[in-house]
Amino acid sequence: MEKIVTMQEKDMQKVTSTQRVVKVLVQIAVYGFLGIMALVTLFPFYWMIISSLKSLEEYRLPNPTFIPKQWMFTNYIKAFNTANLGSLFVNTMFVGIISTVLSLVITVLAAFAFARLEFKGKNLLFAGLLATMMIPGEMFTITNYQTVVQFGWLNKFVVLVVPFLVSVFYIYLLRQNFLQIPNELYLAAKVDGTSDLKYLWKVMIPLALPTLISITILKMMGSWNSYMWPRLVANDAAHSMITNGLRNAFTTTTGDVDIPVQMAAVALVSAPLFLVFIFFRKYIMKGVSRSGIKG
Amino acid sequence: MVNSKHKWKAWLYLSPAIILLLIFTVWPIINTVQLAFMENYDIMQALGGKKFTLGFGNFVSVLQYDGFLQMLGTTVLLCVITVPVSTMLALLIAVCLNSIKFLNRFLQTIFFLPYVTNSIAIGMVFAAMFNIIGNVPGLDSSLVSWGIFNDLLGVFGIKPINWINMGSGYWENIFVMVVYIVWNALPFKILILLGALQSVNKQYYDAAKVDGTSRARTFWRITVPLLSPMITYVVITGFIGGFKEYSSIVGIFGDTMGPPGNPGQLQTMVGFIYDSIKKNQGKASAAAIILFAIILVVTLINLKVSKKNTHY
Repeated sequence: MEKIVTMQEKDMQKVTSTQRVVKVLVQIAVYGFLGIMALVTLFPFYWMIISSLKSLEEYRLPNPTFIPKQWMFTNYIKAFNTANLGSLFVNTMFVGIISTVLSLVITVLAAFAFARLEFKGKNLLFAGLLATMMIPGEMFTITNYQTVVQFGWLNKFVVLVVPFLVSVFYIYLLRQNFLQIPNELYLAAKVDGTSDLKYLWKVMIPLALPTLISITILKMMGSWNSYMWPRLVANDAAHSMITNGLRNAFTTTTGDVDIPVQMAAVALVSAPLFLVFIFFRKYIMKGVSRSGIKG
Repeated sequence: MVNSKHKWKAWLYLSPAIILLLIFTVWPIINTVQLAFMENYDIMQALGGKKFTLGFGNFVSVLQYDGFLQMLGTTVLLCVITVPVSTMLALLIAVCLNSIKFLNRFLQTIFFLPYVTNSIAIGMVFAAMFNIIGNVPGLDSSLVSWGIFNDLLGVFGIKPINWINMGSGYWENIFVMVVYIVWNALPFKILILLGALQSVNKQYYDAAKVDGTSRARTFWRITVPLLSPMITYVVITGFIGGFKEYSSIVGIFGDTMGPPGNPGQLQTMVGFIYDSIKKNQGKASAAAIILFAIILVVTLINLKVSKKNTHY
């Protein structure tokens, strides 16, 4: 009897020790896999940065160097001038800021109406708006091109701002946020004789600030990354946006071209995005996880 | 009610949004369908007073266009490869991330990084990585750098391949696009799946542990079914995005949508629509409607398939 018990205890010990070994092995495998994937994720950024700092001769070497022998910061000056990044940057920021501010005003007003006010056909209208989100953007682009031609907006800043001011998704996002604010606050404010706009400004906007920050960042990133629409309607130098300018300045990406300068330009265009990401990571990830749209 | 006498106010607040939506969202839906049935409609000619015949001519000319099957093929091919690959990888990464504590936040941030990039700009980086620098491949080896990706393959004894340069083949191009698209698609999928994993009730796993269920079984029998609604979501948005593939190709190959000397080798549906917008809005509209129909059908099939396998 006693013998059997000790056998079992031994077995148990064996099992727990193998379990421990398995657990450690699994941990190693997990970290190994994640580490490799993280390297794969980061490698293009690393390659961009070190290539941008190499001289053309060094970049052409048959055996690649992984740290530049000579740090060529002048590549950045060359890239800045070749792609005319200064004026592209100003254009893009101008369009981005104007569209973001106007878009925020329109979104806040519409979301407030949908969340707090009562009117006939509200739910129907809201459902109708949501339904338009299912239609692919290309369907709109064709007619919008036609419309802006008729308005005489080609190659003007207005064409880069106005057609995309209203996003049904942003209205939806903010409305959901507004709905979480108790209605009693609104009624109390009404009794006190506070106007709608004052209530909106003093109570709702501060409470919904995180959502508004998410919207601001996504909208700015959208302007920074926009390519197709500007290419269609504003392709003169004076109104060129940064992505288009970058692509047009370096039309050849294959063969024996000056890759270090190209990579410097790419790094300069990417830098603001990374800065925003570092400071507003939380808001970006929150906004994205609820949207599914890129930029 | 306090609000009832201020009904007009609601409409006042809504008016900027509604007016802009009517012009740039509602009208396009009606008009694009209309244009699709006006043969070879062109805005410049229309402004000049020209009338266009009604009919299915635009659809016929899109479907009969020589490159149509090729571009549809490329679009479908990219979808069918990249969506499953990126979803599986994202699921694996999310599950691994969810199981660790040390370095968790740090790794999460790294995996999200590709999301906050400009797909045209980073496309140029991938082009540089696959580029062969020097003369025509194989001629003067002293001047030739095979590019970092070929160098990497060389470590495993694989001979350099012409991925995107002059004279490169269709499948080589597709391979580069798959690598880039998967790299680009991972962050969003990881974010969504990790979020879903974190909200899974831990009790299921505790129960599995008590029963001595193996890890693989736990993964397939608990994790995947519980995540299935989110996996469906990620797959559907992946397919929708995949059918609209365009800017990642522009990033690597430029507006020519193909390697030097062979423009249009990687043309896609959206690329075709954008090329037609300035010349022939009728044809562009027909192509957009065909694309919409394809996306709709694929989404419905996806929903149907996943309904069978989805656990709510």
